[in-house]
Amino acid sequence: MTTQSAAGSRYRLFLERFPVRRFVLVLLALVIAYGGAAGSIATLRAGRFSGEVWANLFISGVARGSVYAIIALGYTLVYGILFIINFAHGEVFMAGAFTAYFVAVGLASKGMLESNPIISIGILFVVSSLVSMGVAILLERIAYRPLRGAPRLVPLITAIGASLFLQYTFRGFYGANARAYPTIPAIQGTWEIGSFPVQKVHLISILGAVALWLVLFWIVERTRVGREMRAVGEDREIAALMGVDVDRTIVFTFGIGGALAGAAGILYVFLFNQVIFTMGFFPGLKAFTAAVLGGIGSITGAALGGLILGILETVGPNLFLDGAGVPSPNQLIPIVAFGILVLVLIFLPGGFLGAPDDKSRA
Amino acid sequence: MSHLLDVKGLSIRFGGVQAVNKVDFHADPGEIVGVIGPNGAGKTTLFNIITGFYSPDEGTMIFDGHNISGLKPNALTRLGMARTFQSVRLFNAMTVLENAMVGQHTRTKAGVWGALTRSSKTKSEEDRIRERAREVLAFFGDRLSGREDALASDLAYADRRRLEIARAMATDAKLLLLDEPAAGMNPAEKDGLISQIGRLRSELGYSIILIEHDMPVIKSVSDRVVALDHGEKITEGTYDEVSTNKQVIEAYLGKAAEESHL
Repeated sequence: MTTQSAAGSRYRLFLERFPVRRFVLVLLALVIAYGGAAGSIATLRAGRFSGEVWANLFISGVARGSVYAIIALGYTLVYGILFIINFAHGEVFMAGAFTAYFVAVGLASKGMLESNPIISIGILFVVSSLVSMGVAILLERIAYRPLRGAPRLVPLITAIGASLFLQYTFRGFYGANARAYPTIPAIQGTWEIGSFPVQKVHLISILGAVALWLVLFWIVERTRVGREMRAVGEDREIAALMGVDVDRTIVFTFGIGGALAGAAGILYVFLFNQVIFTMGFFPGLKAFTAAVLGGIGSITGAALGGLILGILETVGPNLFLDGAGVPSPNQLIPIVAFGILVLVLIFLPGGFLGAPDDKSRA
Repeated sequence: MSHLLDVKGLSIRFGGVQAVNKVDFHADPGEIVGVIGPNGAGKTTLFNIITGFYSPDEGTMIFDGHNISGLKPNALTRLGMARTFQSVRLFNAMTVLENAMVGQHTRTKAGVWGALTRSSKTKSEEDRIRERAREVLAFFGDRLSGREDALASDLAYADRRRLEIARAMATDAKLLLLDEPAAGMNPAEKDGLISQIGRLRSELGYSIILIEHDMPVIKSVSDRVVALDHGEKITEGTYDEVSTNKQVIEAYLGKAAEESHL
């Protein structure tokens, strides 16, 4: 072999091995990072927003992220045990919040919302959670159980069908109009933390979500049913061999994911005050994004993903886009949310806490 | 003495392959039975039939007085049969203790609400499960007991095999079916395994059926050896009888191997 041909083959080898895909991806990342950084610097230079505004944006981001996180738990639990994405989960969330609306109206007409806010809020949580739980369990029984063992594309398509079915069923039940939730005076306004005013609804959403997350974590990690859920998620056959009732465990998983979605629905209406039969769509997709961002199948990941997404949604558009001269950047929140989904899928398919090599089991 | 497990005329066919053909097989209480045979002889298939993973085309199976034909694996676990797998199948994302605790689930039945509301009954049951799990782990000494909060996936290979046996013990079985328990173990670990299998019977009263390729292990632990080839039972008897059987030597070891292996 002569030197010349060796050099030639080395050149060809370089061409063959040049990581085109990786190069393009890194370039893309750099462009996005540059755009974000340039926009941020311009925004901060312009000084249109005070520190207090940023702090408020941040807190409202944490609040909405908390709600995403709790909905995301439903996706992550079901994925963890069945390896399917329950795309109808957003509708499970809607079903509870929408049904609880009528209870809230009833309570409001009796003056309960003013006179007994804590009991009323408790009732709303229970009603919403139970309805969502029921819908989730029915969904499992009717739409997913017959398809167990089918290729994973099949339940995915079913989920989309079930999602539309539920939307229009509830449209039939409750009508097509958006309805404003009755206000609960006790949770309007702000609380002073130190000397900093924080909206009550933000604080309640955050604390409520933390409590729900802790309860779920405790169930999964410390109780018998949690152990059974993890066992079924890992090896259904062996779990059954060891006396775990697999069907009951799966029903329980859907039920608890649904109950969490119902509770999240009440937190959501505290923040956004409105229900409509399509209200599950965006929160559902965003919670799914949060679950993927954190690493689907991971409970901690769902919380992390939800918070990051919520904060990016509220702070992001104002920070990245406002300074870049984009008009009314908050209209572009979905671009931030779903842009993140795409970026995560490209650069970090396993999310922050997921195991990417585990996806083969899906 | 009536047999603990009594299998007669067991056959199963996969497409054109007669994987198990009219096998008669039994195990008595307190007996250790070794199953040997070359790769593809039908040993694991036999296990899969006995433990309910496959249902046989023909044959009868009586376990502890129950007709077990057609029963699901979990029903068999409840009757007192537990097994391990050739490729260890632990819950890798769970801790050592939790793996053993799941073994107890077949013996206990706290409902979902009990588990969530933490009733005193559930709590004491959960304590009992944990205690029993610690007990079976302790059988293997410090290797498992000392690491009860480690993830199963973090254990050394031999310890993973031990944990799988511990999990099977935690089901409160009468009969343990061990599928190649010595696979992948070094000589020292095999010696440990041999003594543990002996103690499983002498101290804890288990009956054991084991599939094993490792002849010294089979020789040391088995009361009786059953040799399979091409899905059929060639012979059975003591290790010395089986190991000198001409058919076994030809089928399993090859003619030339007689001297070097036995």
